[in-house]
Amino acid sequence: MSAPLLQAQNLSVQFGGLRAVSDVSFEIWPHEVFSLIGPNGAGKTTIFNLISNLYKPAAGRVIFQGETISHLAPYEIARLGIARTFQNIELFEHATVLQNLLVGRHCQRHSSWWQDLLFTPRVHRTELQFRRHAEEVIEFLDLQHYRDSMVVGLPYGVRKVVELGRALAMQPKLLLLDEPSSGLNVEETEEMGFWIDDIKNDLGITVIMVEHDMGLVSRVSDRVLALNQGEVLALGTAAEVQAHPGVIEAYLGGVDDE
Amino acid sequence: MRFYFRTRYEQDLRLFKDNGQKFWYGLLVIVLLLAPWLLPEYFISQLVFIWIYSVVGLGLMLLVGYTGQISMGHAAFLAMGAYTEAYLQSKGWPFVLSLASAAVVSGLTGVVVGLPALRVRGMYLAIATLAFGFIVEEAVTRADGITGGNTGMTLGSLEIFGLTIDSEQRFYYVSLAVLTLCILGVMNLMRSPTGRAFVAIRDSEISAQSMGINLARYKTIAFALSAALAGVAGALYAHKLRFLSPEQFSFLQSIELLIMIVIGGLGSIHGAIFGAAFWILAQQFIVTAKDWLPAAIGQQTGLQPTVFGIFLVAFVLFEPLGLYGRWLKIRTYLEIFPFYRKGMFKRQKSYIKSERLK
Amino acid sequence: MQFLQLVISGIAQGCIYGLIALGFVLIYKATETINFAQGDLMMLGGFLGLSFMVVLGMPFWGAFLSTLAVMLLFGMLMERALLRPLLGQPAFTVVMLTIGIGYLARGLVTMIPGWGTETHTLPVPYKDDVLRIVIGSGNEPLVLSMEHLAIIVVTAFLIAILFLFFRYTKLGIAMQATSQNQLGAFYMGIPVRRINMLVWGISAAVSACAGLLLAPITFVHVNMGYIGLKAFPAAVVGGFGSIPGALVGGLIVGIVESLSGFYLPEGFKDIAAYVVVLAMLVVLPEGLFGEKMKKKV
Repeated sequence: MSAPLLQAQNLSVQFGGLRAVSDVSFEIWPHEVFSLIGPNGAGKTTIFNLISNLYKPAAGRVIFQGETISHLAPYEIARLGIARTFQNIELFEHATVLQNLLVGRHCQRHSSWWQDLLFTPRVHRTELQFRRHAEEVIEFLDLQHYRDSMVVGLPYGVRKVVELGRALAMQPKLLLLDEPSSGLNVEETEEMGFWIDDIKNDLGITVIMVEHDMGLVSRVSDRVLALNQGEVLALGTAAEVQAHPGVIEAYLGGVDDE
Repeated sequence: MRFYFRTRYEQDLRLFKDNGQKFWYGLLVIVLLLAPWLLPEYFISQLVFIWIYSVVGLGLMLLVGYTGQISMGHAAFLAMGAYTEAYLQSKGWPFVLSLASAAVVSGLTGVVVGLPALRVRGMYLAIATLAFGFIVEEAVTRADGITGGNTGMTLGSLEIFGLTIDSEQRFYYVSLAVLTLCILGVMNLMRSPTGRAFVAIRDSEISAQSMGINLARYKTIAFALSAALAGVAGALYAHKLRFLSPEQFSFLQSIELLIMIVIGGLGSIHGAIFGAAFWILAQQFIVTAKDWLPAAIGQQTGLQPTVFGIFLVAFVLFEPLGLYGRWLKIRTYLEIFPFYRKGMFKRQKSYIKSERLK
Repeated sequence: MQFLQLVISGIAQGCIYGLIALGFVLIYKATETINFAQGDLMMLGGFLGLSFMVVLGMPFWGAFLSTLAVMLLFGMLMERALLRPLLGQPAFTVVMLTIGIGYLARGLVTMIPGWGTETHTLPVPYKDDVLRIVIGSGNEPLVLSMEHLAIIVVTAFLIAILFLFFRYTKLGIAMQATSQNQLGAFYMGIPVRRINMLVWGISAAVSACAGLLLAPITFVHVNMGYIGLKAFPAAVVGGFGSIPGALVGGLIVGIVESLSGFYLPEGFKDIAAYVVVLAMLVVLPEGLFGEKMKKKV
């Protein structure tokens, strides 16, 4: 078994008096789908923000591929191969879907601004390469129809898919999905499940997922971490965690809660 | 709407989308090249002003329209370019070098002015750029050893590669050439990763960061390029007017540049040109209208600000996409007649998004 | 003594900046709009007061209160007619609208025959009065002009009233609610749109008050709103969105300006406000009383 891809060690952060994340530790192995579940306010998205360094931890650190990354700027985290989606879609509204995906290739660029200004042959070549990669993502997610549409006019379900596509366009090693199925209907959620399977199996990307839909979680996850009020409740396979009494009480609801 | 039938990715990268576009723009270029022979000198002179304001409008559009930053002191960069050009010309530098230096000096000033942008956004940034605008204006006035201060600075006649540019026609071609190069540069920028990074910063800084865009670097580049373009415009401006004084580059001028691009249409190169054209033509219109309006209205000094105020308010309220937006709507209407629907260009309003929390 | 003199005139000038910044911060807190026409509202107030006193022959206090009342209505009208249609548009668009309104205000006032293009004196009852205070024995008396004193006293009074209003009246609390969370206030039954209208009215009235207080010093003329530009650095120094901050920021800017006019070489006085704001942005970007807000993703 290889080394863990990501390690969170004793992560803690607080906002004012509120301990949002308290001494959370876990490991993510390559090519697995790892889910974070828990009630609202449990600190799941906060952990994502700690991994992408949008928040600085008060204690603890994050290790990616053996290197501590807690001191890096968010854009450097992206360069390492960590991509993420956002809970409340953060797309580039006044750009087309294609342009959104092309931004995903940004980490692969080699030209500086003045080369772009002159549009040197090298820039030209790289642009075509980027376009090819973006088209692969479009094909993977069936976004052909929306390729040249402005994001601002698209329906919610499509935007969620574009958000996913943009993260995939980065060809990351690790993908953080924040509530991929929220706001989606049953059919779209099922499709999302298939895509997550394909991402893991065909693209070989490791996925960490924050999710509320337990059906989706059981279907795709290899392991699940349950959080409550910033602390770890349980860790194991989906079935193990769902059977854990603490998790049932805090989140899932037991038989006697009528 | 025109449908572009594409078979290769190449076609999306090209500057002109299809042969139809090439034809119309080619025609435009021919008309513009022939203009000095067809139009009286006064009109050529006004066109030169339009070219100059288009260049600075392009720069401001890059910063405000594409990168979503704000600059309320852009006239300062115009001033830096103008005075640098004037100073270097008096020292005997050739035009190409002095123009490049004007761009570089303004660009570096832009880097400095852009420093607050790395820490603050929105209105804080607006006030910071406003502050810089005032400080540069004052600095230019005080440095009268170089700039002549309030008495002003004059320029000698322009010489490029030995050819004296002493007529309106010749300067027309010079400024048109400069404008064309600037437009090409900005178009290249916007179809490349740098341009996309700008748009990403405008629309969502957080996800731009998460995708590997170094905000500080790109904001600085945006400010620098925007300032450099204004510097180039300033150099041309200096040669056009042959006389510079600090009050030409006041806060009001900065605001007028902003008004220009808003009326032109934010977020497009066309917007910068349309805005510049509107600005110059509107002033001309007011001047000629003064003659056949009743004296009570026509002779007022307050007529110009009132008219501009009305235009600005009207555009903001009724045509936020600006002149270019209106032109697009008209063109689409004609193209797909009678299938045009009223809400085709409607932009989403966001009631919840708070600018404070961007 | 010279120093104290400068500080006091700086305080008086700072009160003006503070009042304009206050009007400006009120609007920003409520509707997140930057009102670049704030200075021009001040100018309109000045001209209104002038018209009431000179044309209609009203006594000073009558004209003062009438001006405030009219400007209150004017601010409300402005919000209703011009700004409400822009609800939901990006902030930059609204800023440009206020700039346009400023242009219109200046242009239209200039067009009023015989009125707009001249500089006028506002016949205030306390004009040219001075107060002589002797501090210690054998010292030169401190000469305070009544104009400066009036500014300081009225500003203090106004701030006190506004503070009590926002703290203890239902309407004031409702205004605070809408400025913190519009949607929440709406759900609670607070008539958000009407409250915003009222906020604009109050803001316009406060600026008009500043205009009337300033008029004896700078005279009433169409460009007197230009001073309003310095209110923006004042608001930033105090921290955008903070009412006491607006005043404190104004005072700081006023005092620094006054002192640099005397102690520093020529030209520094004009840019003092801007140097202060840039320094503040480097040291403490949120301003003295501002709050740092980050988006939750």
